[in-house]
Amino acid sequence: MTARIRKNADVLVVIPAYNEERNIGTVLRKIHSLPDPPDVVVVNDGSADRTSEVARGEGAVVIDLPVNLGIGGAVQTGFRYAVRKGYRYAVQLDADGQHDPEELHRILDPVRAGEVDIAIGSRFVADTGYRAPLMRRVGMVILASFISRIVGCPVRDSTSGFRAYSRQAFTFLAEHYPVDYPEPEAVVLLARNGFRIVEVPVKMHERLNGSSSIDTGRSVYYMIKVLLAVFVESLRARLRAEEGAAA
Amino acid sequence: MNYRIQIFAIAGALVAVALIFELIRKRKLLEQYSILWFVSAVILIVLAVWRDLLEVIARVMGVYYAPSALFLIALFLGVILFVHFTLVISKLTRQNVRLAQEVGLLRAELEELKRNTSFASKQVKREENEQAEN
Repeated sequence: MTARIRKNADVLVVIPAYNEERNIGTVLRKIHSLPDPPDVVVVNDGSADRTSEVARGEGAVVIDLPVNLGIGGAVQTGFRYAVRKGYRYAVQLDADGQHDPEELHRILDPVRAGEVDIAIGSRFVADTGYRAPLMRRVGMVILASFISRIVGCPVRDSTSGFRAYSRQAFTFLAEHYPVDYPEPEAVVLLARNGFRIVEVPVKMHERLNGSSSIDTGRSVYYMIKVLLAVFVESLRARLRAEEGAAA
Repeated sequence: MNYRIQIFAIAGALVAVALIFELIRKRKLLEQYSILWFVSAVILIVLAVWRDLLEVIARVMGVYYAPSALFLIALFLGVILFVHFTLVISKLTRQNVRLAQEVGLLRAELEELKRNTSFASKQVKREENEQAEN
């Protein structure tokens, strides 16, 4: 190892991956070809395919979970790794190629500048060329208005899994992270505990191969479940004192 | 109250207590999960034996036929047991997730350690060879 100081050496990209052997390679290559490549950890969530081997082949650190924990449990594993290894920033990025690693600096910069604790890459803040199916769009609008009300600032794309976190934020999430459909819940949890959140416009792609974990048929179920989870979350006691949040 | 139903109620509760006791004795059931079962069975036995008390409770509940009140109470105790079980399951699930995460993290740590030591031992060997040549 050379002693040259890399600009993004304090950044860990956490990629939860479940049966993504066809996409994970491309995503990792894109990250490695960045001008300042950050460290990457792939959390293989009990995949049945060759996700782990492909990721290792690309030189990524891979954490193989012995059983499938779901996206929440996988992402949290990444945060725990980041805490132990002493990273200052953590970025969550999907393994399916939806999120463009070249947009990484957009969500990282506001966190690095200390302006916010969490920056969410959103496809709605500006017209970024993303078109979701109609049903899903309707659901997202309802969810967005509900969450924005609870959080107290506009969050239009609360389901986005493209996020940058400060050390304080991911240390908090390493202990407390919602399990089932965690993204919208995590937004509410963090906002309720005094973390500052901002949404940043990013380009998003259609996933490269295979189908999303949430198809149109299940989006109604998803909506009800998420709304309920978010509502309950907003009624819970705060886990962190407000004073600590400003630091 | 009909005596036959009283006998059945007492016998049923006694069998339940005996079964739970046997399961604990064989170490198939942890004591901590059996307390609620015992409490439920004891309450049912008391109500089945002490008929006057059951009559009073039934009247307070607005139930005219006292054994029906016994069924209702048994059902209520059953619901409490179910809630208790789901609480236990939730706790186990949380612990399971933590354990799985820890296994994954430790495995990654172990791999890193192995890589580093094999690299280090190769380097030591190389140095030894160089010294031998000199």
